Amino acid sequence: MRRAATYLGVLVVAAYCLAPLAWQLVTSVRTPAELTTLPPLLPTRITIEHYAAVFTGHPFPRMLLNSFVVAGGATAIALAFGAAAAFALTKMRARGFGAILALVLATSMFPPISIVSPLYLLINALGLRDTLAALILTYAGFTLPLAIWVLTSFLRELPDELYSAARVDGCTPRQALVRVILPLAAPGLVATGLLVFIFAWNEFLFALTFTATERSRTVPVGIALFPGLHEVPWGEIAAASLLVTVPVFVLVLRFQRRIVEGLTAGAVKG
Amino acid sequence: MAAIEFDGVSKRFGQVTVLEDLRLTIEEGEFFTFVGPSGCGKSTTLSLIAGLERPTSGRIRFDGEPVDHLAPRDRDVAMVFQSYALYPHMSVAENIGFPLKLRGAAPREIDDAVAEVARRLGIETLLARRPRELSGGQRQRVALGRALVRRPRVFLLDEPLSNLDARLRLEMRAELKRLHGEYGITTVYVTHDQEEAMALSDRVAVLNAGRVEQCGPPLELYHAPANTFVAGFVGSPPMNFLDARLVPDLELPRDVALDEVVVGVRPTDVRVTEASDDPRALDARVLLAEPTGDDVWVVGLLEGERIVGRALPSAVPVPGGIARFAFARERLHLFDRASGRRIA
Ligand SMILES: Nc1ncnc2c1ncn2[C@@H]1O[C@H](COP(=O)(O)OP(=O)(O)OP(=O)(O)O)[C@@H](O)[C@H]1O
Ligand SMILES: [Mg+2]
Repeated sequence: MRRAATYLGVLVVAAYCLAPLAWQLVTSVRTPAELTTLPPLLPTRITIEHYAAVFTGHPFPRMLLNSFVVAGGATAIALAFGAAAAFALTKMRARGFGAILALVLATSMFPPISIVSPLYLLINALGLRDTLAALILTYAGFTLPLAIWVLTSFLRELPDELYSAARVDGCTPRQALVRVILPLAAPGLVATGLLVFIFAWNEFLFALTFTATERSRTVPVGIALFPGLHEVPWGEIAAASLLVTVPVFVLVLRFQRRIVEGLTAGAVKG
Repeated sequence: MAAIEFDGVSKRFGQVTVLEDLRLTIEEGEFFTFVGPSGCGKSTTLSLIAGLERPTSGRIRFDGEPVDHLAPRDRDVAMVFQSYALYPHMSVAENIGFPLKLRGAAPREIDDAVAEVARRLGIETLLARRPRELSGGQRQRVALGRALVRRPRVFLLDEPLSNLDARLRLEMRAELKRLHGEYGITTVYVTHDQEEAMALSDRVAVLNAGRVEQCGPPLELYHAPANTFVAGFVGSPPMNFLDARLVPDLELPRDVALDEVVVGVRPTDVRVTEASDDPRALDARVLLAEPTGDDVWVVGLLEGERIVGRALPSAVPVPGGIARFAFARERLHLFDRASGRRIA
């Protein structure tokens, strides 16, 4: 009875989460004639023409590449600076631990819409408008507080004696970070990296504002620009949306075990 | 190898004073032990030598050279930590070879040195394993190996035997002594186990709340404890302290009054029998008897104070009854009641 209730609960949650995805899938294979009619609930005939159109009618590969570069770059920067900051805060005993963490958190309280215009001016002044660098820097900056927080809680769990041992064995602080601390914080790095990557992969507001041409357009912006003058190509939008979740899906699957370790680290001792 | 000099070293963490004006010199090649109760500042002392902490005031010198400005890596000390602190992501071989790798040694050289140390410590067969696949005693050897692999100037050991079972502890104790004899490296050892300190050391410093109560060779601490703290800490079971007025025929220095004195006597020096012909023996009610093999420790209650003595296994007094506790007058230690300092 308890078991049945558990399974029912899981089923409800899973259905709730997956329903939009399922609907996208259904939409993406409908024929144009059935796209805006209901019933039928399920398509009577399956077509892949929307998928073909995504690649022929739009610079989709270019958008994907841009998204990869932007998300990857932002992840690398956020992890590098986040790990260094977390290391300094937890192991090198930087003064004002609590105050610094609070300040870091405070900076991430601003809603993006409130700083998009000043940031736009700044990007423009730096000559970075319509470049991937503009997005990479913005995303790295936006996700850095998250990275610092997650990694700080991770590094705090690592025994201080490991850092002491590394230093006595002959490490400079940087060597200790790279050779001892980071390998042990791998689950934290993976979890943090995925969060940053997914944020950057899906971000829309800044991407829309800072880009002007397909040279630097990322996938969310590209898809948003699918609608033409006279019609909204629901089928193509659904097909493209599904396609761009694939890389994230693959990443998560690939690192799933590591993330679970990461999310539960600190829950049990050692 | 190096002599280590503490020149008025104090250490405070915020408002808490952990070490107060430490002044002593550890000689080159010596096996020196800091012993004391938990929280008295032993680990902090090692951290100061290693350079992991800086003194709040005072100086530390190696062979007369101040080292306070040197980072741990530039002091050439090796340390075995209380928790061993092995690197979990490295194999045993990588753990031991790590200090050499950091110093840019060639891979061949590292392999040879690791193999040599592993052979010496009897862990050749474990080299490919990860620390989590090792028992406590094996981990301890790996931690030792990581410290020994590069012949440091100073060897720091923080309660390295405390996690081992009694038998392994004895074995490793002998091993440590042998290694020290062989390498002759200045060794600073920390323990809260006074017996271990006595067995291993050339000299021992007894720490209490950040101060050195006494510093000297083990036997000196045992036979001439400077105060009641050292007297009570060194030796097992701990020394008995009795009100001087309970002890008949006590010879005191001339200017000392009886009620200013505490008498100390070691349980080993107290002979317990059911009927003694020693007229100066004290009668006490027996609380319990603890057999340890050769001896039986008998705890008695004398005018509200505990007294522990030794009985022969063949003649153990029954708990609840009265037994006679006898000791020779030349075995007594006299302390000043107020200051705890030794009188004679
Ligand atoms: N980083 C620190 N910040 C504040 N207080 C500290 C710090 N390190 C140690 N202390 C305090 O200093 C005192 C001595 O600590 P230390 O670790 O040297 O004790 P110990 O003699 O090694 O004890 P044990 O036998 O339990 O290992 C303790 O009261 C401890 O709480
Ligand atoms: Mg300690």
